[in-house]
Amino acid sequence: MKAKNQRLILALLGLVAVVGAGLLAVSGLKEEASFFYAPGDVAANDLPLGKAARLGGMVADKSIRHDADGVTIHFVVEDGKAKVPVVFKGIAPDLFKENSGVVAEGEFRADGTFIASNLLAKHDERYMPPELEGKMHKSGSLTS
Amino acid sequence: MHAFANPARFLKIARPLTPVCVGIGLLMVLLGSYVGLFLTPPDYLQGDTVRIMYIHVPAAWLGMGGWTGIAIASIVQLVWRHPLAGVAGRAIAAPGALFTAICLITGSIWGRPTWGTWWEWDGRMTSMLVLLFLYFAYMALANASDERTTVSRATAIFGIVGAVNIPIINRSVVWWNSLHQGPSITLRGSSISSEILWPLLPTVIGFSLLFGGIVLMRMRANLADAKVEARMRRMAAS
Repeated sequence: MKAKNQRLILALLGLVAVVGAGLLAVSGLKEEASFFYAPGDVAANDLPLGKAARLGGMVADKSIRHDADGVTIHFVVEDGKAKVPVVFKGIAPDLFKENSGVVAEGEFRADGTFIASNLLAKHDERYMPPELEGKMHKSGSLTS
Repeated sequence: MHAFANPARFLKIARPLTPVCVGIGLLMVLLGSYVGLFLTPPDYLQGDTVRIMYIHVPAAWLGMGGWTGIAIASIVQLVWRHPLAGVAGRAIAAPGALFTAICLITGSIWGRPTWGTWWEWDGRMTSMLVLLFLYFAYMALANASDERTTVSRATAIFGIVGAVNIPIINRSVVWWNSLHQGPSITLRGSSISSEILWPLLPTVIGFSLLFGGIVLMRMRANLADAKVEARMRRMAAS
């Protein structure tokens, strides 16, 4: 076998090994590397009680409710599989609204309510001029 | 492939190609930026912040494309011992790192008003930051050897190993729940309205041509340095 071919096979084997190792590591990370829990993940598993967690999903339609104190917000996060009620005290980002994505940082309470200490608005992958809104922006899925 | 093994033949093509790349690239970037900044409509939700996309997306594409180029050059260097492969790898590293940094910075500036945060450790952002560190490591490793025009074999091997991060960056928003939105442009089409999308085409092509021009310039400069050094050595010997 020519030395060049030997090197080619060696390089390809090395590439396959490295990519394989990378994919193996990534699949092992599957859950740990997720940025947030979706309501469906929470329903399928035990509540991650007593530790900091993030909850992400769509803010359910007509679920935002402001308390009389002006800073406490109640809303429901859903992902099509499950719903989680959230309580947040503070200033919500501008893009926080019903039927759009949100990631809440905080902790679960034993009754299943999520107490958020911080809110991040999650933007989806759709971009359009204002006049098209409503015509195309009907579905509210978080991931495509 | 070995038709360009002779640096003189490569230079004969690279010399006129450089100003063509830089000139057309600059023109397309300026055109795309003008249209993107002044003529396209704002987004229904993000408003005018959407316009940062015309820089952010080409920067992300070139950051990842740069390393893909390094990986290909590394394989060509290790397998075919092509004399210009290492020169190309060395030339790509710095602009690749620059565009990766631009991608991270513009993304951060966009994230503050859109998400409400400058930085979060989600899959996309973390893997992109890892890419920047990979570029730094590649440059450090390349400069650690005596080679000044091309790169050492260890550096080339590192270029191949680092390529594992590229598919991870690409898939990070699909595999994991992430703050960064999913892919807008896929094989099935685009979820970006065409009026907002189209200036992205000239900026992506324009920045790519600029990138190519910079790489050609750096390759030529490195080859010229090597020539000077060789001549000095000959003069010192005689």
